[in-house]
Amino acid sequence: MADTRYTKDHEYIQVTGDIGVVGITDYAQQQLGDIVFVELPEVGRSFGKGDEAAVVESVKAASEIYAPVGGEVIEVNAAIEGEPAVVNEDPTGRGWFLKLRVADAAELGDLMDEGAYRQYVATLG
Amino acid sequence: MTSASPENPESTQPLSTGAAPLRRTPLHLRHQALGARMAPFAGYALPIQYPDGIIAEHLHVRAAAGLFDVSHMGQAWLAGPDHETTARALEALVPADILGLAPGQQRYALLLNAQGGIRDDLMVARPADPMAAGRLFLVVNAACKEQDWLHIASAMPGDVTLETEERALLALQGPLAAEVMARFAPDAVELRFMDVTATQVAGIDVRVSRSGYTGEDGFEISVANDDAGALWDLLLTAPQVKPAGLGARDSLRLEAGLCLYGHDINQETSPVEAALTWSIAKRRRIDMDFPGAIRITEEIAGGPLRRRVGLLPEGRAPVREGAQIFDEAGELVGEVTSGGFGPSVGAPVAMGYVVSEFAKPGARVQVALRGRRVPAAVTPMPFTPHRYRR
Repeated sequence: MADTRYTKDHEYIQVTGDIGVVGITDYAQQQLGDIVFVELPEVGRSFGKGDEAAVVESVKAASEIYAPVGGEVIEVNAAIEGEPAVVNEDPTGRGWFLKLRVADAAELGDLMDEGAYRQYVATLG
Repeated sequence: MTSASPENPESTQPLSTGAAPLRRTPLHLRHQALGARMAPFAGYALPIQYPDGIIAEHLHVRAAAGLFDVSHMGQAWLAGPDHETTARALEALVPADILGLAPGQQRYALLLNAQGGIRDDLMVARPADPMAAGRLFLVVNAACKEQDWLHIASAMPGDVTLETEERALLALQGPLAAEVMARFAPDAVELRFMDVTATQVAGIDVRVSRSGYTGEDGFEISVANDDAGALWDLLLTAPQVKPAGLGARDSLRLEAGLCLYGHDINQETSPVEAALTWSIAKRRRIDMDFPGAIRITEEIAGGPLRRRVGLLPEGRAPVREGAQIFDEAGELVGEVTSGGFGPSVGAPVAMGYVVSEFAKPGARVQVALRGRRVPAAVTPMPFTPHRYRR
């Protein structure tokens, strides 16, 4: 069972073992509106925690997606490049962005769990 | 996730950055009840989108009819003793043919500065009603309206006065807009593109023009604030009509190749550079009796140094306002002034200024995007054909 953690920038990472699936939350996709373009990194690239890992564009604006923790990209979801609207439809399922091999599991401890993230979103109004 | 683009119109309006409370249109509560996402624009809280989202709203306007609240725009009368006096007074500020405007007609005009730059773009209408002789109705951009009114009022001769009005403005836009208006105001359907009339919609006094900012057939309806809610509700009862927000308005006007003031045109751009030379009347070019006439007539004769063009970037990544444009040798040749995803085109679309050498259809350029260069083709606008009822 994956353990899901969240950033204040509304990325999630679903961790199973040392593999994390990264995407944006339902709140994020709602805020962005219709997503029309996703730019994903190359497999094999490594990111530090907080590095810009992907770009998502809505009709109105471009937004950067940051690596929630450091690690190496082992897979990207090419399906959302062809059909970006999937990120709106199913952000935490079929709309995932990339899989990371987590470099340092301790970094996950800095992220919010489900309950903390819900509380955080509630404060955003 | 953080927003990295200055493209949001609400984030680029200097008037919205202060601590002053946002103004509300008479339809504010209706937008909230419809679940709109409200955002600041030109000092107003305005609906950016409703729950259907920008793409659905955009496509609905192209397929049926969308209803926009554009009450933030500035409305005023210019009132003088007769048409010639009022028209000549306004012609001192704009290069359009106002004198030759027939009763019941509207015309696009540019307020120019002394250097031939564009202070604002506006619509000027001459009422059909002979009782309104000597009066012209002006609609200007929200972000410019205070400055425009000061500028116009201070330039008028003693017998011409500017009377600003606090009224609502609704835009009903789309191929089925006429079908909807036929039900509520049959005489409005007789109008052709850029005609105006004063009439009633189901008993509500309105001023209607057949015009808009989407490239589609449609109507812009000026109505008293107190009647705006009833008119909005009535038009939304038509099954063809859905509300549409400023987000869709922006993507629609971009596909239609229409300029957004403060982005595609500004105090530095001339009408010739902006590919708006068509709005400068022949008589005015000969008489050279408008602000900046020397620069503008020189540019008409010799060609401008740069020109506004359409751009079709390759691939799916939108290019945004502010992106630099290069030639294939890597020389900087221009800048994107509006860009985004065109829902009807199904691909990214943009407009911007390039040096004249590249201002021809098919010219190849490259647009900077996140550290790389995206190939793009200079292309004629509009991106989607205008469907006005001429």
